[in-house]
Amino acid sequence: MIELKNIKKTFKSNKKLITAVDGVSISVKEGEIHGVIGYSGAGKSTLIRCVNLLEAPTEGEVLINGENLLELSSEELRKVRGGIGMIFQHFNLLQTVTVYDNIAIPLKLSGVAKKDLKVRVEKYLEIVGLSDRAANYPSQLSGGQKQRVAIARALSLEPKILLSDEATSALDPETTDSILDLLLKINRELGITILLITHEMNVIQKICDEVYVMENGQVVEQGPTLELFAKPEHPTTRKFLNTISQRQLSDTLIETLNVSGAVTRLTFVGQSTGKPALAEISKRFAVTPNILAANIIELKNGIVGNITVHLEGDAIALKKALNYLRDVGIRIEQLGGQIR
Amino acid sequence: MSTFIDDWGELLWKGIIETFQMTSISLIIAILIGVPLGIAVVLTRPGQLLANRVVYQILNIMINIVRSIPFIILLFFIIPFTKYIVGTTIGVQGIIVPLVLYTAPYIARLMESAFLEVDQGVIEAYKAMGMKKRQIIWHVLLREARPSMILGLTLAVISLIGATAMAGLVGGGGLGDIAYRYGFQQYKTELMYVVVAMLIILVQIIQTIGNRWAARLKRN
Repeated sequence: MIELKNIKKTFKSNKKLITAVDGVSISVKEGEIHGVIGYSGAGKSTLIRCVNLLEAPTEGEVLINGENLLELSSEELRKVRGGIGMIFQHFNLLQTVTVYDNIAIPLKLSGVAKKDLKVRVEKYLEIVGLSDRAANYPSQLSGGQKQRVAIARALSLEPKILLSDEATSALDPETTDSILDLLLKINRELGITILLITHEMNVIQKICDEVYVMENGQVVEQGPTLELFAKPEHPTTRKFLNTISQRQLSDTLIETLNVSGAVTRLTFVGQSTGKPALAEISKRFAVTPNILAANIIELKNGIVGNITVHLEGDAIALKKALNYLRDVGIRIEQLGGQIR
Repeated sequence: MSTFIDDWGELLWKGIIETFQMTSISLIIAILIGVPLGIAVVLTRPGQLLANRVVYQILNIMINIVRSIPFIILLFFIIPFTKYIVGTTIGVQGIIVPLVLYTAPYIARLMESAFLEVDQGVIEAYKAMGMKKRQIIWHVLLREARPSMILGLTLAVISLIGATAMAGLVGGGGLGDIAYRYGFQQYKTELMYVVVAMLIILVQIIQTIGNRWAARLKRN
C-alpha cells in the first residue's frame, strides 16, 4: 500500500550538503501499522514527509497503491493527498474556529455536499469521543483532546492511509496511551493503514506490527516488532529497548557475580515462560538459578519476556544447563563474557 | 465654555468631519492596496506557498523606498503625481493621494507580520489534506491572521490620523490643521489644547475597539 524505494533526501544548508535520509526502503501492506523509531535528527520526520511529498525526495520512488507519486501532476498529487490523512505533534488546528469547523472546513473545501456535512462531522467526532465538544475552540481543549480533533479531521476525509508524525510526543503518558488505543481502534475498525514515526519505544510496543530503527538517515535494523524486541541486534535498538525495560546491570556487579557462575539473560517469546525451565535446570544439573531482574513486555502481537539470572555452579554444569535452555527454545545471552 | 462652543464649535465640527473624511477614504483605498500587497510579499517569500525571489525582492524594495520618505516630504515630493491622479493638490481630494501612498506600504508591512504569525504547521496540514493554494490562502492564512490584521489596521488608522494633521499644509483641513493654524500661528492656545484632547480621545477609542475586536476573533 505504501512503498518507499531507496529514498534519499539531501538539503543544502550554509552551502553544506546534508543528507537527511540516505537510501531508506519501507513497505507497508494494507491494514498494517508500521513504526519508524529514532532519535531526533535521525531523519524520520523527513522520511514520513516524503510519503505525501510534503518533502520531495532527491532520489528514490514513492509508491502509493503502486502509483509513483513523483510522476503525478500537482493536480493529481492533490487528489492522492486527499486519500492520505496526516496527524502531527502539534496538532495543527485552526485556532480561530470551533472544533466543528476545524473538521467541517476541510470537508467543505474538498467538495463534500452541504447537506452531508453535519452527519459526517458528527460521525467522526463520535469516533474520537468528542461529540460534546463541537462548539468549543481548540484553546479550550487539553492536548489529548486537540489530537483527537486532529484525528477526526484526518479521518473525516475518509483516507485509506494515516501518517502520524510524532502524534503522541507532546502528550503525557496516560494521554499517549488513550491516543494509541484510538489509533488501534481506527486501524481495526476502519481498516486504515498507519505509518508512524516516534522516539518513544512504548508507541512501537503498543501498536506496531513492524518497526524500523533509524539512525543518521539510514534504517539500521528492521523487522516484525516481536522479533525486534526478542532479538535486538543493533546498539541503538538495544538503547531504545532499555527505555521501556531495565535490561542493564552494572559491569562491576556482573564481574563480581561471574566469579561464582554466569550472569545470563534469557529471552523467551510468546507463551513459554522461563520459570519451569529454571526449575528444571536446578533439578537436572548442579546449578542454582538466582533471578536478578525479570520483565515481560506486552506487544501488539505477543509477549516477550526477559529474565536476567545468575547461574551458580561449576563450568561443566553451567555448560550443560545452558545447552538445555537453548534446546527448549530460550534465547541466551551471556553478560560479561564467556564462562571460564 | 458656552462662548467657546459658540466661537469655535462650528469650526471644530467641520474639522472633525474633514478628519473623518480624509481618514476613512484614504484608509479604504490604502487597505485595498496594502492588504493584497502584504499577502503578495508574504506568499513570495522564500519557503512560502508562491515563493519567488525576484518578485519578493522587488516588492520589498518598493515598500522600503516609499516607507523611508517622511510624510511631510512625501506630501510635496509627489505633487505632480497627485495633480495627475486627482487633478488638484489641495483640499481633501489633494491630500488623499499622499495619505494613501504613505499608509498602503505601512499596511502591507503590518499585514506581512500578521501573516507570518500564522502557524506554518496548519498550512502544512492543509497541504497534506490536498487543499489548493487558493483555499489555503483564503481559509487558513487569512482566517488565522484576522486578529493580528485587526491590531495592525488599528495601528495604521492611528498613524493615518497623525498624518492627516499635516494635511493643513496642503489645505486639506481637519483637526490638525485647526490646531496648527489657529492654535499655533494665531496663539489661540486653548483651541490647540481642545484639539489635542479630542485627538487623544479619538485614538483611545480606536485602540480600544481594535483590541476588543482582535480579542474576540482570537478566542483565547
